[in-house]
Amino acid sequence: MKRSGVLFFFLLILLFIVSILAIGSGAVGISLEEMYSSFCKLFTHQEMILNERIFMEIRLPRVILCLFVGATLASGGVLMQALFRNPIVEPGLVGTSSGSAFGAAFYFVLGATLKFNTGEWILPIAACLGGMLSTGLVFILSRSQQTNKSSIVLLLLTGIAVNALFLSAVGFLSYIARDPQARSITFWNLGTLSGANWHSVIIVGVSSVLCILIGMRYTKHLNALMIGEEEAKYLGINIRKLKRIIMVINVVMIAVATAFVGVVSFVGLIVPHLLRMIKGSDNRFLLINSTLLGAILLCLSDLVSRLLLAPAELPIGIVTSAVGVPIFIILLRRKNYLF
Amino acid sequence: MLAVSNITYEVDGKALIKDVSVSFHPGKLNLVIGPNGAGKSTFVRLICNQLKPKIGSVRYGSTPVDSISISDLAKIRAVLSQNIELAFPLTVAEVVMMGRYPHFHSKPTGIDQKACEEAMCFFDIQDFADRNYLTLSGGEKQRVQFARVMAQIWFPEKEHCRYLILDEPLTFLDVRYQFDFMHKLLDLRKKDLVIIAVVHDLNLVSKFADEVVLLAEGKLLASGNKDQVLSKENIKKAYHLDPVIHVDNGKRYLFFE
Repeated sequence: MKRSGVLFFFLLILLFIVSILAIGSGAVGISLEEMYSSFCKLFTHQEMILNERIFMEIRLPRVILCLFVGATLASGGVLMQALFRNPIVEPGLVGTSSGSAFGAAFYFVLGATLKFNTGEWILPIAACLGGMLSTGLVFILSRSQQTNKSSIVLLLLTGIAVNALFLSAVGFLSYIARDPQARSITFWNLGTLSGANWHSVIIVGVSSVLCILIGMRYTKHLNALMIGEEEAKYLGINIRKLKRIIMVINVVMIAVATAFVGVVSFVGLIVPHLLRMIKGSDNRFLLINSTLLGAILLCLSDLVSRLLLAPAELPIGIVTSAVGVPIFIILLRRKNYLF
Repeated sequence: MLAVSNITYEVDGKALIKDVSVSFHPGKLNLVIGPNGAGKSTFVRLICNQLKPKIGSVRYGSTPVDSISISDLAKIRAVLSQNIELAFPLTVAEVVMMGRYPHFHSKPTGIDQKACEEAMCFFDIQDFADRNYLTLSGGEKQRVQFARVMAQIWFPEKEHCRYLILDEPLTFLDVRYQFDFMHKLLDLRKKDLVIIAVVHDLNLVSKFADEVVLLAEGKLLASGNKDQVLSKENIKKAYHLDPVIHVDNGKRYLFFE
């Protein structure tokens, strides 16, 4: 217990340092004094200079959004892995992300034609609906008719099929789209934080904090699931209710995050794995610390994506995939991680 | 007391358990035997409320099992299934603590810690409390599971019997630990603890059982005193093998040729 407490504070300090670093660097450097003075001016309602406005209106919301999204993706990974009792599951694999991508692409391309692209709330709602549609589809299709239960292999294979379906639907939408729309879809499929503003920070922040707090209440139940579904039932746990709650909070927080930053894969896979290497698989430990580590890693990835080709910007999904794919393959090849 | 009356369970019109009635009393070692496919595991799932019988009822004390919530049931009844695998790495102490999950909300109390420590001592696994469960051998894993299951019902519950149900607990153990475990079950016999175990080795049954239930083809072939149940006729009927029964000093030994 002591060691995990130390780790928690270490991650907290690291999170602070990385955030300051991410706010300060970029196409325009921002000093600590400028950060401080813009806060003073915010409260005294004075006119801000250019750098202070960049800090307040671009850099700060971007970094905070990044922290929320990283925490959401990583804790979504922990919850999914615990639920499916398999360390190679992440939200992207059961269709949630591709479905949300489809929902958002649908909004971008057909929103104007079908006249529902009014109001900023429509994009996250469209993504949420898409995410629910695809995740629901995966679950219904992977349900075996004999036992009425989902087996993990069937689930993952169905996930692959449904992912392919929804990504080709996104491809079709970008094919029929006119140029500016197509560009926003491409960026969105690869993930980007460049559109961050205070509005998106608030929506993503509320949904992810609420969902993670609900998830915290069920970490003990998820631990019990490790010894098997039947065995967890003998420990007095209502498995059906647990599954339903975890799935719902996962779809909601992942879809809302995906709606604003696009598909960012592999964070949900790497972060829980790193933490398991440090100190076992107790979900109470994993969930709390994965929110911190996920935020740190995504913030660093965003920094890399901004600095690598500065002043141009790389989609963040490319950075996380470049790091995540090799780790995913190593995991797949390790004997005790096969199902 | 755990009483089963007239339970029948069917899958696709095929009866896996047919009209079985039997009761298990506290303070006794009740062993369930039967050939492969006799319905022993189905029977265990039925009395644990994992499966619902088509006809008939299962009662814990005087309460039908349907009307006890699964969280209340978990406080008085522990089940050892045949699965000893773990999906993720955990320490042995963490696995044993799972047995206390029905008793605490978010943090284990001193009582929970005490139950785990005593259960681990009882099964001689306190030395590897901090080891990774996944690195243990089959027999060691099995003993950790014993401790987990026992920790769940370690302390008596007010006004309730406790129930310990074990589905083939000896599978992964060598001869020494099989005997060791059966002796521990004898030590555990208490006025408020009903012990039911599925066991395959008929000689162990003949040595240790107080009461025996013999299932064959989903039906109750015999139940009661071990000498009566383990008769030549019953064993031939159930297993389709002719036993040689050797009685020495009042102890029965079974051989097969």
